[in-house]
Amino acid sequence: MGTVSVAPAEIERTESSEAPFEVPEPDVPWVTLVHNDPVNLMSYVTYVFQTYFGYSKNKATELMKDVHYKGRAVVSSGTREEMERDVQAMHGYGLWATMSQDR
Amino acid sequence: MSKRSRAGSFEPVRGGGAAITLDQVETSILRSLAVQFLELLGPGDAPAGAEPDPLAELFAEGPTKPPEDPVLARLFPDAYEETADAAEFRRFTENDLRARKREDALAMVRQLDSGGPRIQLDPDQARQWLGALNDLRLALGTRLEVTEDEDDELYRLSDDDPRKPLVMAYLWLGGLQESLVEALMP
Repeated sequence: MGTVSVAPAEIERTESSEAPFEVPEPDVPWVTLVHNDPVNLMSYVTYVFQTYFGYSKNKATELMKDVHYKGRAVVSSGTREEMERDVQAMHGYGLWATMSQDR
Repeated sequence: MSKRSRAGSFEPVRGGGAAITLDQVETSILRSLAVQFLELLGPGDAPAGAEPDPLAELFAEGPTKPPEDPVLARLFPDAYEETADAAEFRRFTENDLRARKREDALAMVRQLDSGGPRIQLDPDQARQWLGALNDLRLALGTRLEVTEDEDDELYRLSDDDPRKPLVMAYLWLGGLQESLVEALMP
């Protein structure tokens, strides 16, 4: 008897509580993009990715090559606040960085 | 003790940091570039001799529009594509960024003035020099409108071209920075 009466109630609650609260992709992470530029040295960009993000030499070098050959690369992802911190740090190092929501 | 640095390029120093030997001409060129860069950045927020007010500094708001000067626009780019978000970000970050770049260039001038020809930098000073060298290259590179093309006409200028000294300085700074990155690479 208990299971019979509970089941429809559960379904109803699920439908009514989730439908009206569909905010646009609240959990979609933000990303920090570093863009290619003709001045920054490849060695320096690799150095920045290693020292600021703590990436391995290999990962930092791969990201640097992506920036150089593809024009830009996603170097980190996370909350909006975290990405604002990363972008500000990249600007501090003189890298050309922007952030956007990763859709 | 630490290794003697090769003239004109940085060498790592035991315990971190780096050292370089610069002659008088090199010292004066680097100093002059750093001073010009400081003039471009403009003065700090607090007037000289004034009591710093940490609370006022905390709430001081920065600019919302990108700088008009191309060098400054390159140093302080928009963080967002959307204008409103970019303005908001700039308002809270540009002053801090300017202060940091000012401190790096000032540190370089101070150490150049501390007497040469050998300049030894501890790890923090070396990071400041790395930042300052990069800023100077961004400034010169933006002014010269350098491209990634190795056959760029900039590298084939005649001796009487007014851009020639800047191009020479730009290339020289690149070598300096490259050697400093190598010396500091983890």
